[in-house]
Amino acid sequence: MFIADEIKERLDEKIIDWYQHSSRRIYFSVEPKYIQAVAGLLFRDLGLRFSIATGQDTPQGLELLYHFSFDKTGEIISVRVLIKDKKKPEIDSLAPLFPAAEWIEREMWEMLGINFIGHPNLKRLLLADEWPEGKHPLRHEDES
Amino acid sequence: MSHKVVVPIGPYHPLQEEPEYFRLYVEGEKVVDIDIVIGYMHRGIEELSEHKHFDQIPFLVERICGICSTSHPFAYVNAVEDLIKITIPERALYIRTIIAEMERIHSHLLWLGLAGHFIGYNTVWMWSWRYREPVLDMFEMITGNRNHYAMMKVGGVRRDIKDEDVPILKKTLDDLVPAVDMFKGAVMDDPVIKARLKGIGILTKQQAIDWAVVGPTARASGINIDVRKDDPYGAYDKVSWNVIVEEDGDIFAKTKVRILEMYESIRIIRECLDKMPKGPIDFDVKDIPPGEGIGRVEAPRGECFHYVKSDGTNRPIRHKIRAPSYMNVASNKIAAVGGTISDATITLAAVDPCYCCTERLTVLDKHSNKNIMNGWDLIRLSQEKTEKLRNSIK
Repeated sequence: MFIADEIKERLDEKIIDWYQHSSRRIYFSVEPKYIQAVAGLLFRDLGLRFSIATGQDTPQGLELLYHFSFDKTGEIISVRVLIKDKKKPEIDSLAPLFPAAEWIEREMWEMLGINFIGHPNLKRLLLADEWPEGKHPLRHEDES
Repeated sequence: MSHKVVVPIGPYHPLQEEPEYFRLYVEGEKVVDIDIVIGYMHRGIEELSEHKHFDQIPFLVERICGICSTSHPFAYVNAVEDLIKITIPERALYIRTIIAEMERIHSHLLWLGLAGHFIGYNTVWMWSWRYREPVLDMFEMITGNRNHYAMMKVGGVRRDIKDEDVPILKKTLDDLVPAVDMFKGAVMDDPVIKARLKGIGILTKQQAIDWAVVGPTARASGINIDVRKDDPYGAYDKVSWNVIVEEDGDIFAKTKVRILEMYESIRIIRECLDKMPKGPIDFDVKDIPPGEGIGRVEAPRGECFHYVKSDGTNRPIRHKIRAPSYMNVASNKIAAVGGTISDATITLAAVDPCYCCTERLTVLDKHSNKNIMNGWDLIRLSQEKTEKLRNSIK
């Protein structure tokens, strides 16, 4: 049985939308407020491995994709959340659930300016110390 | 009375491929905490990639890593091919697999050599690099380059493996097997190496899960994951081979995994050469449609992850790259703490973070900020420990 089917069942009404791009690539959209619950279910209960997260600036808001890998079937479950408030974007941190999320959240914090609530050590990971405060390299409006 | 001393390793630059900075907090000989600072070599490749067209990106991402230089383009083309949902000619799948496995052999030999050097086994260093050399010669013969082979393109590969090159490659592999046998014997049966590596830098299975480590670092902690088996790409599902898993989680287990993996790589290449069909090596991709794709490759250091999003133009609008060391290096926070300074070099190196330039290690006194030891002193310290063990066993 594919893990995606079980996830669909367990998450149920938390899923806004989902689609299967190819046989082992499945994308789910959920509300930002559910991210800790969803990640906890995937990582702790169902035993998926946290691969990485992708943050992106889109016209609709800041989009985060949390990629989880289920190595028994080779599926990648990508959980998509959209943070609509670009002025003061924030979302619950996953680092308290599993330390593997610590670095990528620090990276998305500095690159996109998203505040991860509850992160134990939210400081710069990649950007230089001299980099100006409040400038986020992957935010598109910053380019103008 | 013990007082805490800070041992800075880096930033330019410790055991890593990129400059990184490990701040070890030590009490006496014992490492009590570690702070990892990265970003000294951040080149903004994800952003840069959004300004290149799809065919230029393999050359860009090839330059992320100089050692496993085919893994990133391989993962990228897998992502783009997932995005456009095409299957590529079979011969190209085999050629990609051969190149990736040759890379694993040379990368593991490189690691083995440096690991040997750090613990004072310079013979292992010299010998393993000596046997790495013919593998690089094979790369030059097939691709024209010893590194940065520029083989991957969306839809196939850029160069064919010529029929007359196949026997030469097979001969090189035949010569390599006794060399790997020798390393296996040298490492597995040596009581001093066992004493230096067994029980050192342990990452337990649960810790490996929590830190989501990948590749040999995970497999040495008893986690049976390998993208080549779990989510097959290239020709890995068309040949027979085994995933090497060890249970102990220490440096000895990581070494054993890498040595045994070289046998599997040789097996894969041999079978690929025999099974490789004739035919075209690439598929002409005209347009990249809007959509998103994920490609993964089992690089020598673990899962390499690429996410590509297209809006239908000739450039991606987002390209996320995650190298395996991103997960593995972070786990040093667990592996190095509780060990001694003389084991720190080999522990930090055990995740195979493409290291060099260990002369950047220094020991500073926290109060006077005076240099106590530099990198060479630390390597010497590690080598002396081996020497002492060696004499006590004699």
